[in-house]
Amino acid sequence: MRYFPSSDEDVRALLAASGVKGVEDLFVSIPSEVRLKEPLAVPAAVPEPELRERFVGRSIRNSSATCRPCFLGAGAYDHYAPAAVDQLLLRSEFYTAYTPYQPELAQGTLQAIFEFQTMMADLTGMDVSNASLYDGGSATAEAALMAHRIHKGRRVLVARSLHPAYREVLRTYLRHIGLTVEEIPFGPDGRLDLGALKSRLDAEVCTVLVGQPNFFGVVEDVRAVASALPQERRPLLGVAVSEALSLALLEPPGRQGADIVCGEARSFGLPLGYGGPYLGFMTTRTQHMRQLPGRICGQTVDADGRRGFVLTLTTREQHIRREKATSNICTNEGLCMLAATIYLSLVGRKGLRELAVQNLSKAEYLKARLAEKGLRPLFASPTFNEFAVKLPVEGPKASEAAYAADLLGGYDLSRDYPELAGGHLLCATERVSKAACDRMADVLGGLS
Amino acid sequence: MSRAIEEKLIFEKDHPGRTGASLPACDVPAADPASLLGPLARREAPALLPELSEVDVVRHFTRLSTYNYAVDMGLYPLGSCTMKYNPKINEEVARLEGFARLHPMQPESMAQGALELMATLQRHLCAVSGMDACTLQPSAGAQGEFTGIQLIRACLEDRGDARRVMLIPDSAHGTNPASAHFAGYEVEQIQSGADGCVDLAALSARMRPDVAGIMLTVPNTLGIFEKNIAEICRLLHANGSLVYVDGANLNALMGITRPGDWGADVMHINLHKTFSTPHGGGGPGAGPVVCKAHLEPFLPKPVLVQREGRYAWDHERPKSIGKVQAFFGNFLVLVRALAYIETLGGEGLKRASELAVLNANYLRAQLLPLLKLGFDGPTLHEVVFCDKELPNGVTTLDLAKRLIDYGFHPPTVYFPLIVHGALMIEPTETEPVEELDRFVEAVRAILEEARDRPDLVKSAPHAAYRRRLDEVAAARNPRLTYRPESPKG
Repeated sequence: MRYFPSSDEDVRALLAASGVKGVEDLFVSIPSEVRLKEPLAVPAAVPEPELRERFVGRSIRNSSATCRPCFLGAGAYDHYAPAAVDQLLLRSEFYTAYTPYQPELAQGTLQAIFEFQTMMADLTGMDVSNASLYDGGSATAEAALMAHRIHKGRRVLVARSLHPAYREVLRTYLRHIGLTVEEIPFGPDGRLDLGALKSRLDAEVCTVLVGQPNFFGVVEDVRAVASALPQERRPLLGVAVSEALSLALLEPPGRQGADIVCGEARSFGLPLGYGGPYLGFMTTRTQHMRQLPGRICGQTVDADGRRGFVLTLTTREQHIRREKATSNICTNEGLCMLAATIYLSLVGRKGLRELAVQNLSKAEYLKARLAEKGLRPLFASPTFNEFAVKLPVEGPKASEAAYAADLLGGYDLSRDYPELAGGHLLCATERVSKAACDRMADVLGGLS
Repeated sequence: MSRAIEEKLIFEKDHPGRTGASLPACDVPAADPASLLGPLARREAPALLPELSEVDVVRHFTRLSTYNYAVDMGLYPLGSCTMKYNPKINEEVARLEGFARLHPMQPESMAQGALELMATLQRHLCAVSGMDACTLQPSAGAQGEFTGIQLIRACLEDRGDARRVMLIPDSAHGTNPASAHFAGYEVEQIQSGADGCVDLAALSARMRPDVAGIMLTVPNTLGIFEKNIAEICRLLHANGSLVYVDGANLNALMGITRPGDWGADVMHINLHKTFSTPHGGGGPGAGPVVCKAHLEPFLPKPVLVQREGRYAWDHERPKSIGKVQAFFGNFLVLVRALAYIETLGGEGLKRASELAVLNANYLRAQLLPLLKLGFDGPTLHEVVFCDKELPNGVTTLDLAKRLIDYGFHPPTVYFPLIVHGALMIEPTETEPVEELDRFVEAVRAILEEARDRPDLVKSAPHAAYRRRLDEVAAARNPRLTYRPESPKG
């Protein structure tokens, strides 16, 4: 076996030097009543060339965004990652290292985390960031837990327009710790219904969570939401960003009154990967930094006074505080964080804005072409690179028609919102061409 | 290493006018953000991102990489972290475009290859653990623990009583009590006996109706197998309680013994430990959960099913605990884990465990004349020493830092908490004997230095890119982001 350096001769020598007769004797501490008597029911070893063929076979039994232009978003957006990102991720000094517990041997990882934290804090308009969370769903749930620790109130209000999967994760995380989750409806403009929000606020509400853009692609008026919150026992405003590229164009949520910004930064250099691994993030104000979940990197000096970086504020964490920790998270999404840092460094401040404008332009073009076909946006509010239209047919029929035209179609909103029958969510990134947009407009415009 | 280039922060390298990415030409009319988004929505200041060429960025991160230590450079004996070799073919197959560019919301009919892959991995994980059902959704070990404890809770609630207390030994990882807490349980610590195992009499006395279950790491963090595990499972079950196994140390057991056969109800498996997927400097991992049939109805949704020869996601799961991740799990990590399992096969997996335990026992035997054991029990995949007999006030931390100068990553230190000044060493099966010998010689040399020149050890490391870093100062005055002297417009 090529991953095992020990030859048979080595094994004999190691056994002899360990004072053990045979390999079997290494396991005498395991009682025979619980020993496995038969071989593992896992098929025999596969040689590398055959293994590669097998995986190629599995990969081509998927019809990915490589095969057809992708108009599917719904929390996962098809962006191009420069080749340099993945080439650098393949540096095994990065990917075969552990969490940087020994900072003197991990300054590469730690400096990258520090750079990532700086970028995310700046993009979201906040003071501090952690080193990553699992994904947008768990980051949203962690934001609610954090708000509860700060505010102590037991009611969590979440916009019904927030990503349905994030809301499901939120419910799973909060179910057993005495917090209630209540949904605030959206208005006819697709934005959070501020009247409904105000009517539900009281001193027990620890947080209000909104998506930005929300699941319908609509840009929420975060300032208006912030203004709707009472001054006394003010709940924390949590903004969950599911398309991080929007941060290049939109006013940072931190400047609009958000207390916690969380979400999904997979758009920054990571593949769609059938849903994972993605890149959860969280940023906040300095006053709340000790309530953040997860790893945090901080700047310090070494014994010679040189700048260096360490994991810090660890007394929040499970390996010190155990059940009193701010979160149970240990392994996070280190390499995904590195990918995003590399991506943002390559694209740069002008490039990121230009890319965001391109996304906006493509979506607006598609919106206009659909309108020519009589397909109107479901909501009149501004959107970024994704929007909903009303179709005269059911969602699966639209997907099939798109597929037949070699397009990867949109998302059927009625799966999660029965009240939006015929609602179809379409996304257009820099990777879809004008011609593909035209084709999509023709396909959807021809449905009846 | 001390002569390495001092690489600045990426922001300090900013060079306006450079670019590191080529965007596609925009073939549609350019939209005007100001008129479309309105003043409230518009970002005014440009982001604090650098302007650099591809060359600048590649050099920056390549230089940073040289400040790291990694498995591909040598022994990384972090106990309970299972820093084994990360096979190269796994990296290659995980990057195939049919996986990498597969959208999670695509219809199942367009993702049959991915679903077959996931179903196959689930089957193999059940076979290795002796369990009946599996979810691949949890993103890491701690999320797996949280999921598993939620399954226990849902099952007990279904019976009519969620109960109140989760029992956890004092040798457990910190994630165990944290996960139990977030699943709504009070954590009650149980003391390890003199042999490092659970005290059966004390456990038996604690069997009252408020106990929901027990979380056990097997082998435990001392590298010791819970010899009474079957009896523990019987005790808990007789009390109407369930048994959770933390699979962090599964690398000692493959093909030797299976948690399902002991009577355990549910466990998580760290694919980034036992199944060779890279740790990535802190993730991404994957923490699938396997369980017995009676917990299957409660698994996170959707659940992978087979209907008329096709794979599909079943969302109609009325008893499900819900979702723990937005989509289906860290799929590209799952790809790597299956590549590893299929490469080794059933026999190879067993051999991996045998050789991992052999390497740990070899290190134990070689280090025994030099260091004092934390617990004198039989060792499986890892061995724990304590700081007794370290001379001249040299601490575990000093020894660890001095190992850096000898070209090693230090072992896990000061854990488990029940061993004074613990040094927890897990070599894994992928270390050649020469590397183990080199490590033993380094420890021997450092102990001699500790006797003759203790200050040299106490001030280590000397040969790393940085000398000892001031963690106290970092926590006292946190600087978590770079702030430019004068912000760029």
